[in-house]
Amino acid sequence: MDLPSGLLILPGRTFLHFLVYLGQLADLMRELTIAVRSGVWRLRLVAQQIVAIGYGSQAVVIVTGAFTGAVFTFQSYAKFKDFGFETTVGAVVSVALCRELGPVLAGLMVAGRVGAAMAADIGTMKVTEQVDALRVMGVHPVDFLVLPRFLAMMISMPFLVAESISFGLFASYLVTSFGYDMPSAWYLTHMLDHTNMEDLSIGMIKGFVFGMLITLISCHQGLSAENGAVGVGLGTTRAVVISSLVLLIVNFFLSILLNYVFPIGTA
Amino acid sequence: MAEPTTGTTPASAPASENGSTHAFIELKNVSKRFGSQQVLLNINLTLQHGETLCIIGPSGEGKTVTLKHIIGLIKPDSGEIYVDGVHVNRLKEREMAPIRKKVSMLFQGAALFDNLTVEQNVAFPLLEHGVRDRAEIDRRVREALQAVDLDEHRHKFPTALSGGMRKRTGIARAIIDHSECILYDEPNSGLDPIGSDVIDQMILRMQRRYKVTSIIVTHDMRSVFKIADRVAMLYRGQIRFLGTPTELRESTDQIVQDFINGRSDITG
Repeated sequence: MDLPSGLLILPGRTFLHFLVYLGQLADLMRELTIAVRSGVWRLRLVAQQIVAIGYGSQAVVIVTGAFTGAVFTFQSYAKFKDFGFETTVGAVVSVALCRELGPVLAGLMVAGRVGAAMAADIGTMKVTEQVDALRVMGVHPVDFLVLPRFLAMMISMPFLVAESISFGLFASYLVTSFGYDMPSAWYLTHMLDHTNMEDLSIGMIKGFVFGMLITLISCHQGLSAENGAVGVGLGTTRAVVISSLVLLIVNFFLSILLNYVFPIGTA
Repeated sequence: MAEPTTGTTPASAPASENGSTHAFIELKNVSKRFGSQQVLLNINLTLQHGETLCIIGPSGEGKTVTLKHIIGLIKPDSGEIYVDGVHVNRLKEREMAPIRKKVSMLFQGAALFDNLTVEQNVAFPLLEHGVRDRAEIDRRVREALQAVDLDEHRHKFPTALSGGMRKRTGIARAIIDHSECILYDEPNSGLDPIGSDVIDQMILRMQRRYKVTSIIVTHDMRSVFKIADRVAMLYRGQIRFLGTPTELRESTDQIVQDFINGRSDITG
């Protein structure tokens, strides 16, 4: 292979692999749609997954949200004070947490914690033939393994995003009130005046979309696992890396789209 | 293509209970390739209702792949597979469900669900097939576990079981829904001679009591002579021998004799 043709083959092959990957995700989404429409939702499994995904992720999401809100306030307060805008910190932190930081950080934490667990659980079942055993018993793996996780994620993510935002704002309030001795009324008034339902809606919509992407990507990695423990490890790593990168990229385009629907600062 | 050295199908092959005349399982010119390796090449095989076929052959010759073709876990590159008259390799995954109610499979590693107890693993097919009566489920689980002598271990998780107990749990799960056909993938592997005999006795009991059609992939020649109505030997992707255990023992094919007597020349 000479250099010029090699330069063409490598990106070409990568692009083809990318198209195949997208096709597999689209196929999984199609199977998931069939599973949803079948009406057999296995609510006990959904409840178990809500406990694992929603309840189990609260600590990481709360700590991440709280300390991000605190450090964001700490850094911005000093700069805002130079311009005499320090009382607007509450408004800025609130809008940033609702529109971007809350959903993105909660999504990244969930991708790391829950996405990895999904890929590892399903991947282990795949390489030990448990997924084949399901198929042999006439149970579609998407119905049994993916659908309950998907539904649980859809239910859990908005709550996790809301927790992340709430604790971020609370930490921000504590920093300004006790760290900088700013009257709490100023903080709260500016925050409430400049934060509206549209800001919260953006956070919730992003939570839904990120939850859907994390579930699809992670379950796909689990169902594609091969070659024993090594394959499961590889699939788990890929699930976290791909979910995190896709989440950040999709967030950018989603922000542009949602800013058209809910323009910032028009309330 | 080499013809099998002996190809007699027993004239006394049992008729199906429902009186149907077609074979229960039929493979016609089935071929499968994985990458550069031709695993199966124009395989033809017919199995009647209630018959027990043992598939033998060196490792990596496509025995498990053959089983997975029959149950629809793998699609052939070419050829046709019929189960109870249905052309299964044309069916989509969701359309396979009725076939998979008729045919169940014991996996080599039993493939039990780690997060469920023995009892829950065995009850799983009933629950998924819509049985909701708790008393009925309990009765059938107890019956299946008693058939494999595991009733006292019903509350254990698979990690607490020995290899033989895991396989017996797998068998209980395979028989609980009264499948017409069971595919066994190396049911005796990794078991001591007594454990192996327990499994053989269980397979025989299934044949006699429920007239189950069985295909058993095995390397254990003692089991083959004990339980098989017919034997198929896969060698280099093709059926090298097909006939009764007696015909197998009397075969003049050197490769067949080397295999059944455990002589290593076969791989040369």
